[in-house]
Amino acid sequence: MRRYAYAIPYWLWIGLFVVAPIILIIYYSFFDIEGHFSLVNYETFFTPVYLRMTVNSFWYAFLITACSLLIAYPTAYLLTKTKHKQLWLLLIILPTWVNLLLKAYAFLGLFGTYGAVNALFEAIGIGTKQLLFTDFSFVFVSVYIFIPFMILPIFNALEKLNPSLIDAARDLGASEWTTFRRVIFPLTLDGVKAGCQAVFIPSLSLFMLTRLIAGNRVITLGTAVEQHFLVTQNWGMGATIAVFLMIAMASIMALTGNKKWGVRQ
Amino acid sequence: MDDRVIIRFNHVTKQYDNDLPVLDDVSFEMERGKFYTLLGPSGCGKTTILRLIAGFIEPTKGDIYFHGKRMNNVPANKRQVNTVFQDYALFPHLNVFENVAFGLRIKKIGKEDIERKVKEALRFVNLEGYEQRAIHEMSGGQRQRVAIARAIVNEPDVLLLDEPLSALDLKLRTEMQYELRELQRRLGITFIFVTHDQEEALAMSDEIFVLNKGKIEQRGTPKDIYDEPVNRFVADFIGESNIITGTMIDDFVVEFANQQFACIDRGFAKNERVDIVIRPEDLELTTVERGKLRVRVDSVLFRGVHYELCCYDTYGNEWLVHSTKKADIGEEIGLHFEPEAIHVMKRSGGE
Ligand SMILES: Nc1ncnc2c1ncn2[C@@H]1O[C@H](COP(=O)(O)OP(=O)(O)O)[C@@H](O)[C@H]1O
Ligand SMILES: [Mg+2]
Repeated sequence: MRRYAYAIPYWLWIGLFVVAPIILIIYYSFFDIEGHFSLVNYETFFTPVYLRMTVNSFWYAFLITACSLLIAYPTAYLLTKTKHKQLWLLLIILPTWVNLLLKAYAFLGLFGTYGAVNALFEAIGIGTKQLLFTDFSFVFVSVYIFIPFMILPIFNALEKLNPSLIDAARDLGASEWTTFRRVIFPLTLDGVKAGCQAVFIPSLSLFMLTRLIAGNRVITLGTAVEQHFLVTQNWGMGATIAVFLMIAMASIMALTGNKKWGVRQ
Repeated sequence: MDDRVIIRFNHVTKQYDNDLPVLDDVSFEMERGKFYTLLGPSGCGKTTILRLIAGFIEPTKGDIYFHGKRMNNVPANKRQVNTVFQDYALFPHLNVFENVAFGLRIKKIGKEDIERKVKEALRFVNLEGYEQRAIHEMSGGQRQRVAIARAIVNEPDVLLLDEPLSALDLKLRTEMQYELRELQRRLGITFIFVTHDQEEALAMSDEIFVLNKGKIEQRGTPKDIYDEPVNRFVADFIGESNIITGTMIDDFVVEFANQQFACIDRGFAKNERVDIVIRPEDLELTTVERGKLRVRVDSVLFRGVHYELCCYDTYGNEWLVHSTKKADIGEEIGLHFEPEAIHVMKRSGGE
């Protein structure tokens, strides 16, 4: 009986902050803008406008995840080889403690027409460029914001890797590249998956950045949810999009779920 | 140059940062087809020698030759050497077959050949039928065999084994000692085996290198090392011994425990201080009158095949005796030994 008693706060928490909001969202998704019960929101979601938005969201989330992975893996690898790795790791984690909005505003300053980056471009003779409100700046800033969440799990996976496995691969004739491809990467795949989850899922529903950095050029499902709740006041439609986002996230989690080595293949 | 020599270390030193050297100016040669053992206490540099041979690290000073060719800068994947690692280092994401096939796949060998060679290697180590097993489903002894199969399937000139038996229980360990020795004979390649267990070294090797603090104290056949240790360290490390200090009075005459004894050693300076070794099994229990030494029994342990007696002479020297005869604690007895049983060594400095 005591065991159950200890679990009560846990279940209360889950019920209040996880289950109840989900049920509420699903509930709202069945009401149209006038407050009548209907399936109209679901019909609307399958119109080209929203489908394009969905494709857009996935495409940008994919870009952000791919860029993060490409930068994070070598970074994490170098980190495991440096002398003061804990210090470097801290420096990488530090920006995650800064509020997202603050970081976005900082980039507005840096990337603006009269910002530091353009001043540098001017100085080396490239000339002022439109940086803000482009796809590039959106992906760049997003990668900057999410990359620590990619580096950390990969770093941990690399740290856990038994170094004598690398020696063993070399001993058996593998070049450095082959060693990476056939031993290091497969054995750190769990870290890569965890990192991709941690970046892809929040990227899917990014909103503030789309407005601040991409200047509404990039419209994703996250932006749509924000608009419906705050601007058009169509809570039903916003909730419907949220339902699809949750389905997408759950499927991604299931697909990239951690299969531990050791279980039979 | 002698073409039987397969590995040569020429004044090799290995030093990390500004610490004391891990290997200190080591030179030796190893011949093809022999079973070598590197023996020494933990931290003496055994693994370092293996890693230098395998090519995982480079010497700070000195040169390493394979077949007379300098190998210092040849990377590990280009050396005709394979290693059985201390922790086996089997790839956890591959099954037994793929672990053994790893080296062959890199060499781009045909599919059928790989299949055949892997099967053969697994048969060699008595693991037929385990091809599809995952590594975590194998026991310690089986993993060790997989590690050996993975190494020998590449037909290396030299096989390096880093304390491969230390994780096994006593019975399995003795079994594997026989099997490894047998394997080396069948393959006919050079084995370099690392251990800190002197019995293992004595049982398996053609030749033993006794290492201490990054230096080779002595190299020789197990019999040489056991019977003719060059100094106190080797004598002490290679087995239980009575080691006491004495004086070389003249050729064939040595003094210890305030008595002079005939011995078979010569070539020391007159009255040189020396270390004397007498193995416990060379001391024979007898009566006080007939003994060369007169001692009092301090403790008796039954060791299965013999009794181990710990005795003291009147000068406070401790004498360990292995005997099939029993003596009582406190009893005065005599110890007899032959002149050949006395082994005289130069004193090692600083003791
Ligand atoms: N990468 C390293 N950096 C610094 N010291 C090392 C390194 N590798 C080994 N050593 C030191 O070298 C000495 C010999 O190590 P090793 O050859 O592994 O000994 P063992 O005889 O037990 O195999 C040890 O004192 C160890 O601390
Ligand atoms: Mg070692």
